[in-house]
Amino acid sequence: MNSNEDYRTTALIQASLRKRYARERRFRLYGMLAVLAGFVFLFLLLADIIIKGTPAFTQHYIKVTVDFDRDSLGLPQNFTSEDLARADYGAVIKRSLREMFPDVSIRAEKRRLYRLISIGAEYSLRDMVVADPALVGKKRNIWLLAHSEASSYLKGQVAAATEEAERKVKDVQMRWLNALREEGRTELRFNTTFFLAGDSREPELAGIKAALVGSLYTLLVTFCLAFPIGVMAAIYLEEFAPRNRLTDLIEININNLAAVPSIVFGLLGLAVFINFFELPRSAPLVGGIVLALMTLPTIIITSRAAIQAVPPSIHEAALGVGASKLQTILHHVLPVAMPGILTGSIIGMAQALGETAPLLMIGMVAFIMEVPAGVTDPATVLPVQIFLWADSPERGFTEKTSAAIMVLMAFLIMMNAAAVYLRRRFERK
Amino acid sequence: MQTITAFLVLIAFCVVSFFLGRTRSQLIAKTRGGASLHSLPKHYGYMAAAWAFLPSIAILLVWTGLESSLIYSSVVSGLTPEVRALSTDQLGLYYNQLQSFALNQIDEFGLDEAQIAAAQHYREISASLAYKKIIVVLVAAVAGALLALRRIKPTLRARNHVENMLEWMLFICSFIAVLTTLGIVLSVLFEAVRFFQAVPVTDFLFGLQWSPQMAIRSDQVGAAGSFGFIPLLVGTLLISIVALFIAVPVGLMSAIYLSEYASRRFRAVTKPVLEVLAGVPTVVYGFFAALTVAPFIRRLGESMGLSVASESALAAGLVMGIMIIPFVMSLSDDIINAVPDSLREASLGMGATMSETIRRVVLPAALPGIVGGILLAASRAIGETMIVVMAAGLSAKLTINPLEAVTTITVQIVTLLVGDQEFDSPKTLAAFALGLVLFFVTLLLNIVALYVVRRYREQYE
Repeated sequence: MNSNEDYRTTALIQASLRKRYARERRFRLYGMLAVLAGFVFLFLLLADIIIKGTPAFTQHYIKVTVDFDRDSLGLPQNFTSEDLARADYGAVIKRSLREMFPDVSIRAEKRRLYRLISIGAEYSLRDMVVADPALVGKKRNIWLLAHSEASSYLKGQVAAATEEAERKVKDVQMRWLNALREEGRTELRFNTTFFLAGDSREPELAGIKAALVGSLYTLLVTFCLAFPIGVMAAIYLEEFAPRNRLTDLIEININNLAAVPSIVFGLLGLAVFINFFELPRSAPLVGGIVLALMTLPTIIITSRAAIQAVPPSIHEAALGVGASKLQTILHHVLPVAMPGILTGSIIGMAQALGETAPLLMIGMVAFIMEVPAGVTDPATVLPVQIFLWADSPERGFTEKTSAAIMVLMAFLIMMNAAAVYLRRRFERK
Repeated sequence: MQTITAFLVLIAFCVVSFFLGRTRSQLIAKTRGGASLHSLPKHYGYMAAAWAFLPSIAILLVWTGLESSLIYSSVVSGLTPEVRALSTDQLGLYYNQLQSFALNQIDEFGLDEAQIAAAQHYREISASLAYKKIIVVLVAAVAGALLALRRIKPTLRARNHVENMLEWMLFICSFIAVLTTLGIVLSVLFEAVRFFQAVPVTDFLFGLQWSPQMAIRSDQVGAAGSFGFIPLLVGTLLISIVALFIAVPVGLMSAIYLSEYASRRFRAVTKPVLEVLAGVPTVVYGFFAALTVAPFIRRLGESMGLSVASESALAAGLVMGIMIIPFVMSLSDDIINAVPDSLREASLGMGATMSETIRRVVLPAALPGIVGGILLAASRAIGETMIVVMAAGLSAKLTINPLEAVTTITVQIVTLLVGDQEFDSPKTLAAFALGLVLFFVTLLLNIVALYVVRRYREQYE
């Protein structure tokens, strides 16, 4: 009787145990799936951007037999270098293209033919001729930058199967491009324009240099403000601040500012720095100030942690041999805490580099072709350039956007790697 | 430009006064027969430099701040009475024209002769003011330095003097955080109050229509525009809820797995990789949402026979969810780790399985903290801008269907303020009213969350 009951209980327990173990395995599986989901998301994001962006680092060039005919350039008999700078190179390119494809006669078709070559090719021809006026009247084989649509077809991004009306590259253009490719007149080269030019309306001429320099100036202003102020604030709060209401107020404010949405800082910048202090719009100066206010809490919080981590023995030793409080901090505590402070500052700077929203508020969304020369010039930054290009419907710009994102991410990875390196070194001590 | 020159000259002068102060203290010590100085010579130098710098930089800043209004009053007082009788707006426009002409930003086209004459006056005044500014600043610097140099004596406690000043500077630096908050509140509040003078608060808070674009021109029919913020609030909440639906299960389960099951090594590799998601700039997520996720969801919906807007709340929310996964993960991780091991061991010792321990012991104990973490994540989602600007819609539709396009508070702030703006129209001011709401909602969420988390931590400490 008794053993029978025991037996039944054991059977019940074993049955429930099987269920419980199954539940345990399921729960564990959910956990693994969640981690895996995070990985998959990250992988999809990066893969999407790399696949879209890689083609932007190369561009096609087309070899055109250019006839530098004096008449079609519109030059007088005895031309000066000024005449050369003003000559009509577009006409020369058009003429040369017509000579290469003599059977094109309809106007609409001619226009399509001209669209194979980028508008920027005119300027590169001009620079060539201005540098070497002896070219006038001669014929040369010259590699000219292809139009972004032509390049996109040559890269194999245009599916010929789609309806002609739905694609930008038409059937005739495809025929011409195929013919050019068979003659070996097309070539894929590394896209230097992308790194050396400012923004442009033409995807093949657009580059990130202006935005990169703008980012550099903005970050410079941010660093010059946020780093000293942040470190000094951290020193005060860790070492000097008396326990009172005012100190509490400051601490509460720092913690809250760390969680204020970045766009609100943009509103502050617009209302205070632009409307009240009348600082220039779109300038890295204002952008840098706004980002500095935004990154200050990060820097203060991490610097405080770093100062706190300095062993009290260092403190006491310095005070014991007669150093003043400030000397103790400046000569002994701060050098030990510096790697930690730098780590926090680099992370704060990385945040500032990737930030977009507050800069939209203060007008850094302008179309900037020129590289800014100072902190008060109109400028844009890399994330805003990405935002602007992402809005553009042209395929060439989608590619450029992804490439710009790759550059931005490369910078962020470098900064974070530096922070991790510093932290490792710090931990070893 | 003059300001920068003045500043650089000032810096150079401070360096000079540092050396003067240092040398002078050494000289005095020597001539007094080797009487020892109270402080190191460099402290006397620092003191001289500080005395030269601080008063003059204050003058420089105040002067630069007042300069434009000084020029304004002087130029306006030189104008004819008819011009001065213009309304404030017209006078402002008139003045702006002559100012931009004086600064060579525009050419004389379309300006009248009086304006050109006034512009000449403007140039003269600003030149003479700039000249005076440099003189006054330098005089102040020299006076400050001289005063400090004269005070140098072996008994002068220069180090204490300098350290006191530095301590004040440290305090001012930490006070900047308070000033920033104050600046945010005041700037947003000030403009919002002006907005509420034009649009009643109740219309804003309870209105069901949002169409600020109507208010561009005041002479149009129906130009009043409607500023009911409920559709924006609903849109914001909809997207945030979608985001939390992704981020909370994934983030929480990852945190549980990593802190309770995973080996040390696995954790050391996995955590930083997942935290990369937190370091990706939001504009990148926006691009991903708008160009990859939204079209994908649309095609998926179409294949199932659903009509999905091309800027659906689902796409924006999904990507925002991915963005806050690491945020939820690391917050929950901290909180789960703070649960004392004795609780776990007690439960395991009674024969509970790991998952039973987690579900019945660890999670209930950690619940307040996790709720706090979720609130923080929600405040992140509500304040997030770039993803929704790029992937959510512009039209304010009052709906809770995630497949439709909705707009959010942040999207509206950006669209109202980017591009041309006239500063007095309710349209522009509305952005500040939205900013006010955003600031206080996120502030409230943060305060509650931090309070909950702190209470919870104290429980186990």
